[in-house]
Amino acid sequence: MADFDQELDASGLNCPLPILRAKKTLNAMASGQVLHIVATDPGSVKDFDAFAKQTGNELMESKEDGGKFHFLIKKS
Amino acid sequence: MEPKKLAIIATKGSLDWAYPPFILASTAAALGYEVQIFCTFYGLQLLKKDLALEVTPLGNPGMPMPLGMDKWFPVLGLALPGMQAMMTAMMKKKMKDKGVASLEMLRELCQEAEVKLVACQMTVDLFDMDKSNFIDGVEYAGAAAFFEFAGESDICLYI
Repeated sequence: MADFDQELDASGLNCPLPILRAKKTLNAMASGQVLHIVATDPGSVKDFDAFAKQTGNELMESKEDGGKFHFLIKKS
Repeated sequence: MEPKKLAIIATKGSLDWAYPPFILASTAAALGYEVQIFCTFYGLQLLKKDLALEVTPLGNPGMPMPLGMDKWFPVLGLALPGMQAMMTAMMKKKMKDKGVASLEMLRELCQEAEVKLVACQMTVDLFDMDKSNFIDGVEYAGAAAFFEFAGESDICLYI
């Protein structure tokens, strides 16, 4: 997994909390910085893809590893 | 670029039906939408400081019942005193166990994201509701004010 500037553990949280927490964290980050999100909600895979498309932040990576979902989002 | 707009009419005041407006509003706000929720009739319960909402299995054959209760419990039994309180407690526990946000938290997130909460003045008067029981930041307006926002919205939902 590529480097990241900040990490958000959204494990155990259900829709829409992982997205809302990610948005809040991104708000406090600088443009170009990368946020690593860990989630357990299977719905978050499609949701983070949709979040990135609609907000213009780039979803650099999305993968599952041992029952957890990992996302890398670069702030636009 | 003008932000997209989401207009929601919230008409229901039960624990389960309070979720869709707040989930959709908070998510839309996170996606950059400008959002307004117009609360009318029982939807006004969503604006109370004390969110004492309950869920009822009565008249709701689609509600999954715990312990196979729907198989052997007569419908009339669901009307017994205490049944609604019990179902509400069970639903709240299940939501907590599954990591579903509380309504209080979702509503707070909506307010943080500047979702505009509007109370229908007519129903507030109709039910003799005390405005001091509502949270701060609520606006009071009527149907025409709703259309001013909804008429320019990209998405309009009646919940």
